[in-house]
Amino acid sequence: MTDTETVETGAKVLLDRQYPSTLESVDHAEAEILRAAGEAGFDEDERHRIGMAVRECMVNAVVHGNRYNRNKQVRVSAEAGEGRFTIRITDQGEGFEVHEVPDPLHETNLLRHSGRGLFLMGAFMDDVKVRKAGPDGSAMPGTEVTLIKNLTPRDGAAENE
Amino acid sequence: MSVKLNTRKVGDVTVVDVSGKITLGEGSSALRDVLRDLTAQGAKKVLLNLSDVSYIDSSGIGELVSGFTSVANAGGTLKLLGLTKRVKDLLQITKLYTVFDVHEEEAHAIRSFV
Repeated sequence: MTDTETVETGAKVLLDRQYPSTLESVDHAEAEILRAAGEAGFDEDERHRIGMAVRECMVNAVVHGNRYNRNKQVRVSAEAGEGRFTIRITDQGEGFEVHEVPDPLHETNLLRHSGRGLFLMGAFMDDVKVRKAGPDGSAMPGTEVTLIKNLTPRDGAAENE
Repeated sequence: MSVKLNTRKVGDVTVVDVSGKITLGEGSSALRDVLRDLTAQGAKKVLLNLSDVSYIDSSGIGELVSGFTSVANAGGTLKLLGLTKRVKDLLQITKLYTVFDVHEEEAHAIRSFV
């Protein structure tokens, strides 16, 4: 799949790449998504928010999902279409239950060192979906996180090309 | 190095000038090391100058919180100086803005320590 292929839904694929499970990949994926978000027409502030959401998601995938296992990959894709900029980040880890993630805004959790990543993704994107990437019951089903940012009429340069 | 930290004394206040990115990896660990050393040395009045911090992620937030609690547990106070709009927004989103004592001017921040 190339960076410019248009899928059957009419969405334009801006990125589809596998990354090794390293912290360097977090920086690389964020930079690539910022480029794709620029192609999609987002302004600097929105690109910053999208970049932060991707950074948090990549950290979760590399650190908590794949646990820095260099034999495991993180797949990152981005497409623009149907009024949305959609990013999918998929790891090969054990998976987790969203409802078991503590609320970082609860007063008993405010001063915790960690646990804000998923919350920040939701704060910076218009929609966040989390699902197991593989079949139920498998030891390492992986997690697919979908990050969605709506394209405003002013945006969507890539979509309208 | 994604972050630079410089420590200086203004009276009995230890000011840590931070510039660059406080993100998972070098940035957050460098800040953690400096705050740990200051706590070990008995610093009771710590002012983190974040005016040149361009980027902070949840790991960086975690280090700010951990620094705040470790200094407080040692009987001291950690305050913040010069938040950029993005860092301020991040602390507000995470409901931490009111947890920290935040100042815009260094002289005012220095005087606020008792």
